[in-house]
Amino acid sequence: MSLALHLPALQVVIPLISAPLAVLVRRGGWAFLIVTAASWAALAAAIALWLATADGATISYALGNWPPPWGIEYRVDRLSSFVLLLVSATAAIVLPYARASIEREIPHAQHYLFYAMFALCLTGLLGIAITGDAFNAFVFLEISSLSGYVLIALGRDRRALVAAYQYLIMGSIGATFFVIGVGLLYLMTGTLNLADMAERIGAIRESRSVLAALAFLTVGISLKLALFPLHQWLPNAYTYAPSVVTAFLAATATKVSIYLLIRFYYSVFGESFVFQKLPLPEIMLVMSIAAMFVASLVAAFQNDLKRLLAYSSVSQIGYITLGLSYDTVNGLTASLVHMFNHAVTKGGLFLFVGCAVAVAGGSSLARLSGLARVMPLTSFGIVLGGLSLIGVPGTCGFIGKWYLILAALEKGQWGLAMAVVTSSLLAVAYVWRFVETAYFREPHASLAGRKEAPPALLAPALLLAGAMLYFGLETSVSLGSAAGAAVMLMAVGK
Amino acid sequence: MSADFPVALILILGALAVPLLRGSVRAVYLLLLPVAAFAWLLAAPHGAFGQVQLLGQTLVLMRVDRLSLLFGYVFLIATLLSVIYALHVKDTMQQVASLVYAGCAIGAVFAGDLITLFIYWELTAVSSVLLIWASRSNSASRAGTRYLVVQLLSGMFLLAGGLLHWRATGSLAFGPIGIDSLGGALMLIGIGVKCAFPLLHNWLQDAYPEATPTGTVVLSAFTTKLGIYALARAYPGTEMLIWIGTLMAAFPIFYAVIENDLRRVLAYSMNNQLGFMVVGVGIGTELAINGAVAHAFADILFKALLFMSMGAVLLRTGTVKGSELGGLYKSMPWTTGFCIVGAASISAFPLFSGFVTKSMIMSAAADGGLLTTWLVLLFASAGVFHHAGIKIPYFAFFSHDAGIRCNEAPRNMLAAMAVAAALCIGIGVYPGALYAILPYATSYEPYTTGHVVTQLQLLVFSALAFAVLMRTGIYPPELRSVNLDSDWFYRVAAPASARLCSRAIAALQHAGGSLVDGLTRRIIERAQHERKPQGWLVRSRPTGSMTLWVMIMLLGYLVLYYSS
Repeated sequence: MSLALHLPALQVVIPLISAPLAVLVRRGGWAFLIVTAASWAALAAAIALWLATADGATISYALGNWPPPWGIEYRVDRLSSFVLLLVSATAAIVLPYARASIEREIPHAQHYLFYAMFALCLTGLLGIAITGDAFNAFVFLEISSLSGYVLIALGRDRRALVAAYQYLIMGSIGATFFVIGVGLLYLMTGTLNLADMAERIGAIRESRSVLAALAFLTVGISLKLALFPLHQWLPNAYTYAPSVVTAFLAATATKVSIYLLIRFYYSVFGESFVFQKLPLPEIMLVMSIAAMFVASLVAAFQNDLKRLLAYSSVSQIGYITLGLSYDTVNGLTASLVHMFNHAVTKGGLFLFVGCAVAVAGGSSLARLSGLARVMPLTSFGIVLGGLSLIGVPGTCGFIGKWYLILAALEKGQWGLAMAVVTSSLLAVAYVWRFVETAYFREPHASLAGRKEAPPALLAPALLLAGAMLYFGLETSVSLGSAAGAAVMLMAVGK
Repeated sequence: MSADFPVALILILGALAVPLLRGSVRAVYLLLLPVAAFAWLLAAPHGAFGQVQLLGQTLVLMRVDRLSLLFGYVFLIATLLSVIYALHVKDTMQQVASLVYAGCAIGAVFAGDLITLFIYWELTAVSSVLLIWASRSNSASRAGTRYLVVQLLSGMFLLAGGLLHWRATGSLAFGPIGIDSLGGALMLIGIGVKCAFPLLHNWLQDAYPEATPTGTVVLSAFTTKLGIYALARAYPGTEMLIWIGTLMAAFPIFYAVIENDLRRVLAYSMNNQLGFMVVGVGIGTELAINGAVAHAFADILFKALLFMSMGAVLLRTGTVKGSELGGLYKSMPWTTGFCIVGAASISAFPLFSGFVTKSMIMSAAADGGLLTTWLVLLFASAGVFHHAGIKIPYFAFFSHDAGIRCNEAPRNMLAAMAVAAALCIGIGVYPGALYAILPYATSYEPYTTGHVVTQLQLLVFSALAFAVLMRTGIYPPELRSVNLDSDWFYRVAAPASARLCSRAIAALQHAGGSLVDGLTRRIIERAQHERKPQGWLVRSRPTGSMTLWVMIMLLGYLVLYYSS
């Protein structure tokens, strides 16, 4: 089975090749088929890798048979296989939706380019998750970011250009910081292989260059993952991007950045150094709490549903980093499982919002008033996603918060447990904005005579809505992987 | 069907199919659901069933014992009554919400662990608020929101307390908890909100009268009684509850008599009846617990009956303001009759249900030597007779004829009221049936000469006082009638002090209301400003300021890393 041996490479190469193929065929329909097929193949590869690493095994793959640390190594462990699964599954669900969605939002002539960019973005995100090489990670980061900027700029609102440009500037600053950090590490250790770097860094961890590298990496990645207060590029980018792009990026891009941060903290610098010697947990705690509260509050004041959800993403990222700052197995589990569950929730939510946009012609709350009478399923889906954002038991959003509270109690931090609960109440406030608009207002004039979105849009969204409930009740996949990865990280990070 | 199947799901899942059915099929289906659940309960064996593993904890979805069964029975009876009562309503949302709400309340009653309890607890809040919003008026929407916030907060207290309790004891079982630990105290606050403890009670009078005519009937049955159930389960014999309950039984009287909206009067009287039950739980003897639980059973029925009669009046006349009604007995004779049965029951007339249950609590208080409590409860009994027993039927159906001529209530409403009235009388005449299903075996005999004579004296003098005031032409009686109870209560004190008291309460209410209104308005204005594009929270940031933040963060990290 030589094919199975090359799964790590195929995971990235299949979507990568589909991008130029999509450009070559120059037809929207064919490009759609090629990229969708590639994403499903990537999903199959991710599932295979996830199964292969489920017992805690680590797969190391030397690209071009150049053995690490000289060649580029792809390294799949429980954490990366979990992220690969998340990213490729999202792409596989979102792509079928894309066809009907961009029909309404992107000019026909650009469709094949859209698919090509989507494939590249997917490649980049998968690459970040799978590579064991610091510079390779930077390359993939840039691939996913650059294609991401293009995808956002495709939005039909002209402000999408400005949003994409702003994201470009900020993203480039983030990437620059990242590469400066990697450069400093290379300078100090003489290697780019993460595992090798981790071994060599031990003796020189306290040197100023390594500390500077850590600072640059932290800020650079924080910018990409939109950790408060470096989140300001995110709301506009999410708001003006085409619906399907918002759904995909919201579900994956920030999550992969979180992966990268965890990877550097635990697998390179080491848990005992980052979290116990440095004041990083305290800083992260403050940022997380601020994100949870400020962003939720700001979300409650938005007039545009996409923007509202974008701010909610910022606050939910706060929960994820909060778990990280605890530096316990349960805290890390909470982070990872919430990362997964929030991706499911937000991905589903933005797909539903895309349905609403397709019918109502816009995502401002004013336009969506009375939506429930015209589009009951879509409205229900958005409310369900909202409940998951709040963390209502039975939805997947509950699991992460539950573990956050458990981890806080474990450390004896009653205040933090209360903070999680209180900020969830703020989530009620912004979810309520939608409920009030959709269920208790007269339908907007543009909704008169309109019907529910077509099945091509609704089906993928409903699939994710089902996933929100499924992962809220049956947690062996999400929680199992997260807990396994957390135990592994804490063990190797010493 | 296996004993593991949670009975709540019959209603909750069953409700989801309601939108698919039409016309009479739907009506039959709606009636069948509670009947099926009831039949299931009758067959249910005692014990803990439906155990599932979640997040490493064992949840018990079906804990069947005498206490939970009793509440299960009466909740299902109330569900059936409310379904019959609402058969003419064509609003699918209300039908689904009522069933889900009832199902969740029943689920909470059978919950054997705190997590299950918490989940159903919150679900009752979410599903019941729909019945308030179903009025689709502005005030209902606001009241509903306030209601939801309070109810969810109650759940938060329950959750916080439950977690503390779990950490302290390592057990999630929902059994006797007590208030000695912080967790137990927090949970008591959460449950207290549902029971409408004094100062935690305002949501009740605020929200219930805003619901639809049929919605209020449903609401009155479950939320507060679920609180009583939880109290009886977790805090029997907690002395503090005696005082809370005593206060609860007494203070709403003052409000109830000055209130003009008759449904709101009922909401206050609900508070007062709950006080009796809380006292019962607080005393904690077998007789007292029996009394509290039995009174909850009876209260669900007669309170539903009263709310149903007021709902019928509201449906036919469009108002339940005491000052605008009167003389309705000519148009709605049946409703009048049923309302009087409900009024007699709540006033604890012998041969009506309230008598046989309330006297158990009174006896328990007397047995325990709680003189003050006993006296206050006596006063509260008189008060309840005044405002619920006389005021409601008198102002709605008799009094001066307001000239309203309308149709009798719809047949389905009359049928529901008839069943409820029959139950009220049935329990009063033959209490043995109810006594047989109480948590503890009892040989209590309500119809002793002492009980009957005391109660009749109380009622007759109360009625006499009312009659005298009416005959002497002190009119309009709404505000004056305050003096009636307080007069009776402050027999030795100057009547003026009572008048002052009620005025002060009214003034306080007014002042408090305007303060809250002012604050809310200011917050809303502020929020509206924030929503405009130039609002600080809404506007987009220029790239430069974002970059500035990046630099600040980098510098911050560097400084902190280097200095550590």
